[in-house]
Amino acid sequence: MRNISSDEITSAVKKLCMDANYFLGDDVVEAVRKSLDKEESPLGKEILNQILENAEIARKERMPLCQDTGLTAIFVEMGSEVQIEGLTLESAIQEGIGQGYEEGFLRKSMVEDPLRRKNTGDNTPGVISIKSTEGDRIKITILPKGGGSENMSAIKMLKPSDGEDGVKNFIVDTVKIAGGNPCPPVIVGVGIGGSFDKCAYLAKKSLLREVGSVHPDPYYADMEKELLERINNTGIGPQGLGGRITALAVHIETHPCHIASLPVAVNTQCHSARHKEIII
Amino acid sequence: MEAIKLKTPVSDQNIEKLRAGHKVILNGYIYTARDAAHKKMVELLDKGDSLPFDPKGQIIYFVGPSPAKPGQVIGSAGPTTSGRMNKYSPKMIKAGLKGMIGKGEMGKEVTDALKQFKGAYFVATGGAGALMAKRITESEVVAYEELGPEAVRRLKVEDFPIIVAQDCHGGNIFVEGMEKYRK
Repeated sequence: MRNISSDEITSAVKKLCMDANYFLGDDVVEAVRKSLDKEESPLGKEILNQILENAEIARKERMPLCQDTGLTAIFVEMGSEVQIEGLTLESAIQEGIGQGYEEGFLRKSMVEDPLRRKNTGDNTPGVISIKSTEGDRIKITILPKGGGSENMSAIKMLKPSDGEDGVKNFIVDTVKIAGGNPCPPVIVGVGIGGSFDKCAYLAKKSLLREVGSVHPDPYYADMEKELLERINNTGIGPQGLGGRITALAVHIETHPCHIASLPVAVNTQCHSARHKEIII
Repeated sequence: MEAIKLKTPVSDQNIEKLRAGHKVILNGYIYTARDAAHKKMVELLDKGDSLPFDPKGQIIYFVGPSPAKPGQVIGSAGPTTSGRMNKYSPKMIKAGLKGMIGKGEMGKEVTDALKQFKGAYFVATGGAGALMAKRITESEVVAYEELGPEAVRRLKVEDFPIIVAQDCHGGNIFVEGMEKYRK
């Protein structure tokens, strides 16, 4: 067994919260830059340029890219030979979120009850998912998820007979209904299969994939390409003001499912597609 | 496309010149409010009470900024989704408000109020919070401090880049823009 102190986890999470909110990934910057050539709308081009300028200011000044520094989604891959000393893994992570949001001047956006809505004051609790893996390492990924794009997400339990067309139409329709609300250009995270809850998890997890990467399964690689084209043909454009670039990427994740089911989830991600990871 | 210069407070004549899709450079004082502050202010209007600030000729920015670091005027300060204020904005416009700044389309009830009382809805680039913060030179909480990021602030903006999204003539860039670029 390899022992890791919970303090080490806490300080790693604290730093990840800040870094993810200040530094936009190179893959996203590159995708926005490339999309400038394809955007035909002058307003659209201007918005894409503002997004690039914003990322530059945020990086230089260590300022949040967006004032909505998100609900903190955390993905953990826990090696079976790792033992945490001190606090539990869950507590160590929540402690790190609280410290990161306070010390990093990040906005606290969590309310403790969905209807009575009192702010928790430190952006906890984050939503944590833990998967066990082999080895003596622990991988922690944080994804601060803004409310505006999260609100434009949707899930549907399709019938198996709805098939590929049913799935594709639901994805495109979800983007159309969202219009300019989720801050396009977006990244469209899709989960297909599993159960009601599993496909939503897959849709969120798909957002961690590098923008511009190709799906390893050619069947889904083609589907992603086709969907991206259909979405960009809607004309919604940057911020919904009309244009060629509505999405930067479509990411699909799948899972086996029940013979009676075809669940599909779309987790919409704004262009401020922030995530950072560490392996301890 | 040359940007139109606009300064607060704005008049009906200023508003009538604006068309959906126009770029605007805004200067002067504006007020911030999101869901929670709107709820409180509309309750005041419903009771016939006055608001924490006089809305006549003013513009509200839908924003909940991140905390300012020492030495900063304000933290990141980009727009939030405006559709959540569909319920409230018509009453604010009726009370004299001339404009709102946010992101995403606003509903028919807002379009109707913009036409009836001469107002305009503008968008700023969502997710460009660090860039917008650079154009804010003063920030002061004027009401509901207990709401934290949702408090009502008075901001001074300098060359604040916004776009007319829905105008007082029924123009709507979300509809017109999408039609233009749809394939």
